[in-house]
Amino acid sequence: MANRTVSVSGERGLAASPAPITRKRWRRWLRGDMVLAVLVLLPSIIAVGIFIYGFIGWTFYISVSDWKTSTPDFTFVGLKNWTRLVNDFRFQMDLRNHLYYAIGFISQCIVIGFTLAVLLDQKIKGEALFRTMFIFPFAVSGIVTGVTWQWLMQPATGINLLFAKIGMGWFRPTWHANIEYGIWAVSIAAAWQFSGYVMALYLAGLRGIPAELREAAAIDGAGTWATYRYIIIPLLMPVTFTVFVLTGMNSIRIFDVVAALGGPGPGNSIDSLALNMFQTTFGAYRFSLGAAIGSVMMFLAIFLVVPYLMSMSRETER
Amino acid sequence: MNGTEGISRRSFLRLMGVGATMSVLAACAAPAAPSAAPAAGGEAAPAAAVDGGKLEVFSWWTAGGEVEGLNNMFAIYEREHPDVEIINAALAAQGAGQGGEMKALLETRMIGGDPPETFQVHLGRELIDSHVVAGRMEPLDDLYAEEGYADVFPADLMNVILYDGHPWSVPVNIHRSNLMWYRPAKLEAIGASAPPASWDEFFEMAEALKEQGIPGISLSGSNGNGHTMESILLAVYGADGWPGLFDGTISWADEGVTRALEIMNRLYDYAQPDFLSQSGVDVNDNMINDDGPLLMISGDWLHGYFKSKEFTDYKWAASPGTDGIYLLLSDSFGLPKGVKYRDNAINWLKVCGSREGQDAFNPIKGSIPARTDLDPSLYDEYQLSAVEDWKTNILVGSLQHGAAAKQSFLLDYNLALNDMVATRDVASTQAALVVAAEEAAFGQ
Repeated sequence: MANRTVSVSGERGLAASPAPITRKRWRRWLRGDMVLAVLVLLPSIIAVGIFIYGFIGWTFYISVSDWKTSTPDFTFVGLKNWTRLVNDFRFQMDLRNHLYYAIGFISQCIVIGFTLAVLLDQKIKGEALFRTMFIFPFAVSGIVTGVTWQWLMQPATGINLLFAKIGMGWFRPTWHANIEYGIWAVSIAAAWQFSGYVMALYLAGLRGIPAELREAAAIDGAGTWATYRYIIIPLLMPVTFTVFVLTGMNSIRIFDVVAALGGPGPGNSIDSLALNMFQTTFGAYRFSLGAAIGSVMMFLAIFLVVPYLMSMSRETER
Repeated sequence: MNGTEGISRRSFLRLMGVGATMSVLAACAAPAAPSAAPAAGGEAAPAAAVDGGKLEVFSWWTAGGEVEGLNNMFAIYEREHPDVEIINAALAAQGAGQGGEMKALLETRMIGGDPPETFQVHLGRELIDSHVVAGRMEPLDDLYAEEGYADVFPADLMNVILYDGHPWSVPVNIHRSNLMWYRPAKLEAIGASAPPASWDEFFEMAEALKEQGIPGISLSGSNGNGHTMESILLAVYGADGWPGLFDGTISWADEGVTRALEIMNRLYDYAQPDFLSQSGVDVNDNMINDDGPLLMISGDWLHGYFKSKEFTDYKWAASPGTDGIYLLLSDSFGLPKGVKYRDNAINWLKVCGSREGQDAFNPIKGSIPARTDLDPSLYDEYQLSAVEDWKTNILVGSLQHGAAAKQSFLLDYNLALNDMVATRDVASTQAALVVAAEEAAFGQ
């Protein structure tokens, strides 16, 4: 075994045991660009280590301490804040809201974004104009989106007037002010803003599909529906996956639209974890409880991102 | 050939590494630097006028009358201390509660040991629990003695100012919270001549108005009914009982709180349609609309808002059942420990507390001075009536506006009311308030 290694690894046949091999590799490694690469990366590794992972650890540490006034108090209290959080009505509503919001937001973004991309992909006239128009909301801040949609969703003066005009006067929802389903209305406003971006992602994906595949499908007698169903959509799965992760992350950290729409809303109907965390920490000086909410948000994000990163690295290896 | 290329690439990479390190260092240093970018510091100071150091004034006054009033005070300061550079570090009032973003930024600067020379803060518990208890403020006994403030501020106000026997800030203005703004035309519609003097009277009127399709009261969906609620609590407990709610002598499980919550809960039935969709400015506009409600409980900043909208068809009175009581809130300025230019800060506080300073600030802001020796010719009809009430009424501190209780209780109080809009359940709302009061540890 050892002999074979020596013969394969080259001319200096002294290496009878694994140790010299390691040393040689180490030397070769040193000779190469690896050292420089590490040196170059080191500043960002340190910065990321301190400013991201260090602070994540710090936040978690705060969440098990007793800091609940303007004076820091680092007494260890175990899971006291966590117990309180789990039993908190507002927190439970937040989790419900995030679930509803994620379902509404992600599905709207994917459906609207994909549809617009497909329509734009039909080699229509003025494509650049439409593309700009559809992606424009993405350039608008969440606060502006929220304020605008708050006006649009006023029951007496907003889009309900449009419904009344087309003879649907009976359809008069109270949108974001609805105590049960207000959070769905928030997802409409947010999807309006984000769908254009999703469209751009899908459009890039569609443009990346070789024309031969479509032609081949056409020759095999596939209609438009079958082409999309069996060729295009499966080929766009990586894009859909990216979109899913992006919109999923957005669903976890939603703050600005909710704040501008008058969050937390009656009975916390449109509250979000981020808004709750902000008010708890800086409004009530409950730093430990706020840190616990922040940690929950981070765990949710990890659940979403880790599978994504794993699949990405698998793809790179391939 | 090969070697040279390798070296040059390496030295290139090395340079890159140095560059990256530098930029990281720069990034680390950035947050430590004082937040520059002051919002237009009033009039541009002369170039030479910096030997006296700086005065950074941190506030949430960025809109209309308030920023004009602030600039008037800056003008006085500049006249008296021309060698000091004034930095107006104002941040728009947004976020949770009045000045939410500003308070959050201030909090990070106080924790980071980089306080501004002085900052705006609501007089009372907001200042005490957020900053005084944490040991970040200097007591102002010397200033109060030197300027004789105890003689010109009413005794009831001094009770709000003092904590632990020391004053901690200088009040610039006084707003009144327990006011009812009503529209005489709506009263005529039901043949009434005077606004409701009690909540029972209000409900009778509101019932009559409802038959004509006129809403009785303007409410907002969330984040704002805490203001109406505090006037109801005040009506139930009166000026004598009111402090007891916050010093532990009256429990929040008390029957009076139940009664107040029941009134609040009933009010929703007489609010404008779709009030759940309205917040903030919408509610003020709703009051102006032709199909608007009979009345609205709001502080006297609403008077300023009506004036700016040139709306005149309104009158005012104390909110039902609180006649003779002045539920006050006050903006004040304090002196943090460890500021760079302490003398400049004290001179600023002198301007804030002076008759000239308060008369320059308040007429435009729409509030009244904390001092009793104002110049009446500068103020409008409402303000003069408020000044009269200010002298004769019993003064108590507002809950909703930071004078009576600490911030954490205020947030819990608003969230509990926020839930009641949805659940319409008095018992569970009161239970939440009891828990909040326990946590606030009133009286301990």
